[in-house]
Amino acid sequence: MKALKLDRNAIGQWLSAMAGERDIYVPAPDGPAKGTWTLLTDYSMPEIKPGVPARPVKNFLFPQPETLLKFSTVPTDPNCCLPSEPEENGRKNVVFGVRPCDARSIGLNALACKADTYYQANMEKNAIIGLTCSQVCSTCFCSETGGSPMGTEGCDVSLTEIDGSYIARAMTERGEALLALAESSGKEVTDSDISAVEALEEKARAGSDEIRNPEEQLRAKDLMELYNAPFWQELADRCINCGACTFLCPTCYCFDIQDETLHGKGRRIRCQDSCMFPLFTLHASGHNPRGQKIQRVRNRFMHKMKYFPDRFGPISCVGCGRCVRDCPVNIDIREVMRSLLHI
Amino acid sequence: MSTVNEKITEKIRSEAQRLLSSGEIAAFIGYEAGSLPMSVRPFVARKPEDASRLVWNSFCVLNLANYLPALLKSFEPPRRPGDPPPEGPLPKVGILATGCWSRNIVVQIKENQVDRDRVVIVGVPSRGMVSARKVKEAVGERDIQACTEEDHSLKISGEGFEQELNRWDVVRDNCKTCVHPDPVIYDILIGDPAGERQVQDRFAQVDEIEHKSLEERWDWFADSFSSCVRCYACRNACPLCYCPTCFVDDSRPQWVGKSTEQTDTMLFHILRAYHCAGRCTDCGSCESVCPVGIPMRLLTKKLNKDVLEMYGSEAGMSLDEPLPLTTYNPADPQGFVLTEKSEKGGDR
Repeated sequence: MKALKLDRNAIGQWLSAMAGERDIYVPAPDGPAKGTWTLLTDYSMPEIKPGVPARPVKNFLFPQPETLLKFSTVPTDPNCCLPSEPEENGRKNVVFGVRPCDARSIGLNALACKADTYYQANMEKNAIIGLTCSQVCSTCFCSETGGSPMGTEGCDVSLTEIDGSYIARAMTERGEALLALAESSGKEVTDSDISAVEALEEKARAGSDEIRNPEEQLRAKDLMELYNAPFWQELADRCINCGACTFLCPTCYCFDIQDETLHGKGRRIRCQDSCMFPLFTLHASGHNPRGQKIQRVRNRFMHKMKYFPDRFGPISCVGCGRCVRDCPVNIDIREVMRSLLHI
Repeated sequence: MSTVNEKITEKIRSEAQRLLSSGEIAAFIGYEAGSLPMSVRPFVARKPEDASRLVWNSFCVLNLANYLPALLKSFEPPRRPGDPPPEGPLPKVGILATGCWSRNIVVQIKENQVDRDRVVIVGVPSRGMVSARKVKEAVGERDIQACTEEDHSLKISGEGFEQELNRWDVVRDNCKTCVHPDPVIYDILIGDPAGERQVQDRFAQVDEIEHKSLEERWDWFADSFSSCVRCYACRNACPLCYCPTCFVDDSRPQWVGKSTEQTDTMLFHILRAYHCAGRCTDCGSCESVCPVGIPMRLLTKKLNKDVLEMYGSEAGMSLDEPLPLTTYNPADPQGFVLTEKSEKGGDR
C-alpha cells in the first residue's frame, strides 16, 4: 500500500485537495463546540490535542438524529402516510485526526450492524483518516481491550507524527485513492521512516499493560457467576443513572425510533438511546425487566464484556477512556473489567 | 501538618464509624477516593469498617442529598400505592451536608421526600469546591496525572509539566458567589463554621445575560446549549429531581422530542430549570457533572434571583419557612403575568 511523508504544509495542501470532493471534519479546538467535530474551512493541519475529543466518531456513523424516511400527514395529499426517501446532499466526508481507539470502534459496531443498511451507507460515506497516539493519557487503556496507540484498524489512511512530519499510510483502497491526492505535495517515504514507525509500533506492544486478550478470558467465564457478582451493588449505589457513559461511548450503538410530525410533514428518525434509562426497557404492558438501577448498571458492563464477546468475539470496548473521564461519579470501566476477570 | 481537609476526613471517619457501629444508622452517605486525579466517588458505607474509606476534599462536587430519598426508601419494606405506612421505627441514614446540601435536605423534608427523624446529618462548612474543568483549562487541557491539595493551593502535574494553582482561582462559580457556606440543619457539626459570606454582585453572571438584547440572549442560549447530548446527567445529579417518572421519560403522552434537535434540547433545559424554581440552592451539581460543559446552572440561578427579588425567599433556609411557590400571598408580584397589554418580549 501507498505511503507518503507529509510535512505540515503538505498536509494543508492535501486537505485542500480532498475538500474538492469531500467535507472534512476535525475535532473542534475550543469555543462552545469544543470536543465536537467541526467542518474544516481553513485547510491547514489542525491542532489536535493528545487523547480523544469529547465526542466519539460514532456521530458520523449514527448521525444525531438520522432521518430514516419522510411522509406527509395531509389527508388530501395522494402520498399521504406513504414513506419516501429523505433528501441527501450527496456529499461524502473525510473524518480527519481520528484516534486509533475511535477508528477501531467502527468495525466493532459493524459486527452488530451487519444488516443495518443505514450504518453500512454511513461507513461508505465517511472516510477515516486516523492519527496514531504519541502520548497515552491517564484514562487511556486501548491496549487492554485489544487495540494499540499505534493501531490502524478502521482507518483508510493512518498518520503517524515523527519529528514534526507525518508518515501517511494508506490502509484501504479508498485510502489509497485519497492519499493519491497528496502525491504532488508529499515525499516518498524512506526506509528510515518506515523503521521509525515500526519502532513506535514495537514500543506500543512492549509498553502495554498486564491485561491481554480479555475477551478470551471473559468468554470462558460462567455467565451467571459474573451476573451474580457482589460488586454490582456498590456500583449501583453511586451510579446516578445518567446516560453520559453511553452517549460518549464509541461502541454504544443502541437507538430509539421516533415519528415526528409538524404542519403536515412527518419524519421517522432514529436517535441514540441509553440502557441506563428505565424507559429503554419499559414494555407496553407496564412491566420493566430492568426497572432497578442495579439491573441497568450491570447490563451495560455485561453487554460490553460478556454478551457481546459471546456473540461476536471481541469485547465491545476500545479503551478510549471517555466514560472514565466523564462519569460524574467515577465509575471506572477498567476496574469493572478487572473485577470481572478476577471472578 | 495535616490540611483542613485531612482533619475533616479524620472526623468524618470517626463519626461515621461511631454511628455505624452503634447501630444508630444503617448506612452513611459520603465520598471515597476516586481512580483519577481530582476525582472522588459517592460512597454508601454500610459497615463500620467501611468508614475508613471516607474522604473529604475540594472535589466533592456532586450533591449527596441526591441519594437520600432513594436510599431511605431502600430500607423500607416494599408496599403498593395506598398501603399504610410501615409500623415501628425504620432504619436511619447518615449523610454529609455542606451549606447548600443541607438546604436541599430541608427542601426534601418539606416536600415530604425525607423524614427528618430518619436522617443523621453530619454538617461540614464548605470552603468552596473546585471546578475540575477550570483546573483543566488552567493547565492548557493537558493530561493531568496527579493533583495534590494544600489548604490554599493545588499542585497539578502530568507528562512534562508541573503547575501550582491558587485554590480559590479554580473554585466553582456557584461556590464563589455562595453566601451560606454553613449547614442550616445538622445533628453533628464537623469543622468550624465559616459564617455568612459577603459577596458583591452574587448574580453578576445572570445580570450579564439579562443585559443582553433579546437576540443576543437567544444566541447565548442557542450556542451554550448546542453541544448537549441529552444524557440527563444534570437532572440525575440534582437532589430536586426525584420524580418517579420525569417528563422527558414519559411516552404517553410524550412531552418532548428525544433527539438532540435544538427545539427539544432547549425545551428540556427550560423545563428542567423551571421545575427547580424556588427549590434550587445553586449547589452546582448539574454544571459540575455535565460531560460537555454546558452552563445550565445559569438558568436556575436566574430563577433563584427572581424568587429572591419577588418573594424574598431563598430555598431551604429553614424548616419553618413555607415553600415559596406553593404559598399564595395577595401581595405577590403580578407583573410577569402576560396580558394583552404586555410588550412583546418584555421582561416582567
